[in-house]
Amino acid sequence: MPDQFIFAMEVTLNGLMTGVMYALVALGFVLIYKASGIFNYSQGVLALFAAMTLVGIQEGRVPFSHLINAIFGTEVHHMPWNSVPGFLAILLTVVVMIALAWAIQRFVFSHLVGQEPIILFMATIGLAYFLEGTADLMWGSEIRTLDVGLPQGINTAIDETTYGWFGYGFFIDNLDIVATLVAAVLVAALVAFAQYTKQGRAMRAVADDHQAALSVGVSLNFVWILVWSLAGIVALVAGIMWGSKSGVQFSLSLIALKALPVLMLGGFTSIPGAIVGGLIIGVGEALFEFLVGPMIGGATQNWFAYVLALLFLVFRPQGLFGEKIIERV
Amino acid sequence: MSMIQYQPYQTEDGRTIGNTLMEMKNITLRFGGVVAIKDISLDIREGEIRAIIGPNGAGKSSMLNVISGFYHPQDGEVWYKGEPRPQMRPYQVARLGIARTFQNIALFEGMSVLDNIMTGRLNHMSASILDQMIWWGKAEREEVANRERAEEIIDFLEIQAIRKTPVGRLPYGLKKRVELARALVAEPSLLLLDEPMAGMNVEEKEDMSRFILDVNDEFGTTIALIEHDMGVVMDLSDRVVVMDYGKKIGDGTPDEVRNNQEVIDAYLGVAHD
Repeated sequence: MPDQFIFAMEVTLNGLMTGVMYALVALGFVLIYKASGIFNYSQGVLALFAAMTLVGIQEGRVPFSHLINAIFGTEVHHMPWNSVPGFLAILLTVVVMIALAWAIQRFVFSHLVGQEPIILFMATIGLAYFLEGTADLMWGSEIRTLDVGLPQGINTAIDETTYGWFGYGFFIDNLDIVATLVAAVLVAALVAFAQYTKQGRAMRAVADDHQAALSVGVSLNFVWILVWSLAGIVALVAGIMWGSKSGVQFSLSLIALKALPVLMLGGFTSIPGAIVGGLIIGVGEALFEFLVGPMIGGATQNWFAYVLALLFLVFRPQGLFGEKIIERV
Repeated sequence: MSMIQYQPYQTEDGRTIGNTLMEMKNITLRFGGVVAIKDISLDIREGEIRAIIGPNGAGKSSMLNVISGFYHPQDGEVWYKGEPRPQMRPYQVARLGIARTFQNIALFEGMSVLDNIMTGRLNHMSASILDQMIWWGKAEREEVANRERAEEIIDFLEIQAIRKTPVGRLPYGLKKRVELARALVAEPSLLLLDEPMAGMNVEEKEDMSRFILDVNDEFGTTIALIEHDMGVVMDLSDRVVVMDYGKKIGDGTPDEVRNNQEVIDAYLGVAHD
């Protein structure tokens, strides 16, 4: 078998894994957009916030310690305990994200019911900056490593097997494999939740028609808090994966930008769309860089996804799985 | 003027009209300077079909919205099942067992007819989230029971043929019927119908009238409905309230109301001074 083909296979596999990571972020957008019609610009910052909170709790640091010390002249930095086990820290972070969801609904969006989509969008931009600042103030702005015990590094089993087959070992990161599994479980759980549970059905009802939802006894407020909580939890998962991969730092919030082309491709309202869109972008940009990159000087990953999204905007604005927009005259 | 009877009695066609289920006491509703409802009292008794009629802009829909919690009156009390009802949000009213339909139809356009109707059973689901996600134990039993109830209503309203059709594709008359099905499947103690026959042709109106009578007869559901078409209402209702310019101008059996001079004036358009 020609070497080029084997390399391309490895590139494709790695592209798929990266695509899963993109899909994770895009999923958070889709959840909120479907249920409330809000395009949540702050989804990336939500992931940053979740990751920083997780690291902070895990390392046993005192939130707002700089602020507290500056005001009261104290010198608190660390909790009495040394560190918190990863699993417990994740649970506590989930609690924080749910509390945050409540606060977002209570203090921002409950005052904006019935406003134009552009107003809600602007509110999420404000929210993004507010959360970014709050995260800084809470936990400081240093770059941190996140380690909740996920396996990292080359998967030797795959390396050896593929070496046996092709005489060339594939480099697949264990973390990417874990991310894929976690994403699969997350999506299955979300779908089961939305399809079969009372709360999930209430969520779909609110997404479809507010008045009708009210008339069958669904509390809009409850559903919106629920949706923001889910978006927060998805953001936490994305934050854990990206944070473990490349450290917890401000640039984590920029992964949201990579989710945009995924949404253009998959459609803003489709969970399967977010996944397929993520995979297409992941594989597409990896293969493009591998095949075409060398001819035009490389670094095509920086723009490939956006150009693809642009083409979709021109020829299929609703995306692959989005609802077709029909205007009746 | 009114003929309030506090004892259960039998109607001519053999249905039993029971005690007062809902009572609106001196309701006044204002929007800024506009008085939509002016000091109106009315009662709805168990098992009856109660109509609220009046010309356009009389305040009928406002009254229905007060009952279902969409509007909150500035004055007056709402009594339900013998107790004063505190101010409630619409979803809380729905959970009390008061189901409603809307004049402009509020359905989940993206869902199938069956899924729409199943949302009417949301408050009959009490199994834990985890059980519901993996379809296990109590969740499965509830789901089966809810589905049976939904199929029963689908048969009753003769919409078997469209159960899997997305609601967005249905014609107007059928949408109205699906909305009725969704309200009915919740097994409400009080069913509110906001202009159930608005925009229908004669045949559809006849169908809808028959269904309303059948629902009341078969399930014993108390029904309060709003209409501006006087003819239809008179054949359907046990008692009729007539509103005009936010005031109550008549209340009684269809015959009593028909012969009420104020009502005749309102409908024939005698000048108000």
